[in-house]
Amino acid sequence: MIKIEVDMNQCQHYGQCVFEAPDNFKLNDDDKLEYVAEAPDSERDNIEAAVDVCPMQAIRIVE
Amino acid sequence: MSEANPAAPVVIVGAAMGGLRAAESLRRSGYTGAIRVVGEELHAPYNRPPLSKEVLASDVTHEAVAFPSRAEMGDVEWMLGVRATAVDLDAHTLTTDDGSVQEWRALVIATGLRARRLDFAPIAGRHVVRSLDDAMALRAELTEGARVVVVGSGFLGCELSATARKLGCEVTIVTPSAEPMMRPLGDLVAKEMRRRLTDEGVEIFSGVTVAAINGEAAVESVELSDGRVIEADVVIESVGSHCNIEWLEGTNLDVADGVLADNAMRAVTTDGRALDDVYVVGDIARFPNPMFDNVARRIEHWNIPTDTGKRAGAVLAAHLADDGSFADVVAKPFAPMPSFWSNQFEIKLQAYGLLGLVSDDDIRVLEGDLSDQAAVGYYREGRLVGVLGIGMKAALLPYRKQIAEGGA
Repeated sequence: MIKIEVDMNQCQHYGQCVFEAPDNFKLNDDDKLEYVAEAPDSERDNIEAAVDVCPMQAIRIVE
Repeated sequence: MSEANPAAPVVIVGAAMGGLRAAESLRRSGYTGAIRVVGEELHAPYNRPPLSKEVLASDVTHEAVAFPSRAEMGDVEWMLGVRATAVDLDAHTLTTDDGSVQEWRALVIATGLRARRLDFAPIAGRHVVRSLDDAMALRAELTEGARVVVVGSGFLGCELSATARKLGCEVTIVTPSAEPMMRPLGDLVAKEMRRRLTDEGVEIFSGVTVAAINGEAAVESVELSDGRVIEADVVIESVGSHCNIEWLEGTNLDVADGVLADNAMRAVTTDGRALDDVYVVGDIARFPNPMFDNVARRIEHWNIPTDTGKRAGAVLAAHLADDGSFADVVAKPFAPMPSFWSNQFEIKLQAYGLLGLVSDDDIRVLEGDLSDQAAVGYYREGRLVGVLGIGMKAALLPYRKQIAEGGA
């Protein structure tokens, strides 16, 4: 299992992560980020890609 | 060309985001040999956009912008504070300003851009913002009441204006353009952006250039091409950039505008050959993106160093593995979606695609109202090639998909 943390003080809700890991990240109707804090190991590449594309570098994988 | 020494490292020149992503991608793609990253700045790779926005408005520190270091990067060698001065593609060597000459097995060109300066004598109070050190130096002078003249009205100039205003400075933009952000956004949106910036107290002098920067020990005033004089304590020059290609002089690479690469990010020579052991990533790479056409372009958007760095790392790893996978990896589709964002006061812009491909007649509001929140479409020959959100985000997603699928 991968554990994900998003610093919601940093997050500006750009939603770039949504394209990389749609199972874990989405923008809600108010344009705010919602995320699922756990992902199966099979999602690691996608989660790491989401970490990379965050303009605010607000996402991290808790090892 | 002579054979490269297989014991030599892959040398990545440029230690910013593109170089970092290329190194990470080499490791993730299975390359276990030596990697060395050579960079002019002393700082480990960091995220530049906050330097004109959030971070400039608070404390400018490396910690606030540093990219996290991944476990697989533990044995990558960082040679920082060293500038590349020459390269020999035939001998597979790189020369640096510390006098050393090093061998490489493969080369990644990731030296990016540097800020263009106005052609006036150096004087205290003149600034650019490209690096962390630049931002630190500027931050110290953005004190309450300081009179700031921002030269240039691209995204960077407008963001810096907004941040300086938030910090209590008096801000004047001086620009040769008719409207701020005219070239990237087009006339329709640029006019609305002028209204919003002006409402926030930013003064905009358009259609003029800087004739002189006056002052004894430090900046005192800026003289414009129309004769007006603006008193100033700080001048911020955001007047474009130069590609860092000087070290590639004498090679047969195509450096007409940045460095030409093919769709696999392999460097291309002036006689049209793609080199399997030389790659180009980031702002400096001029490469074709089949999402739009087969024209090679440089794209100065934030996502491009990551996308091109990953692509170059994967292709280079396959070349070095020599396991028969190379042709398949090169043939994999690579059509990165350009994306950018810009925050100015409460204005949040976000865009996908290539807005700059489009003439003013082909820009129209898709949803909402320009004076409030809107999605704006950019069309080329009837095809959607770009979408801009003003305060809209999730609403852009169907348009993003449409751009990616060919804009029909």
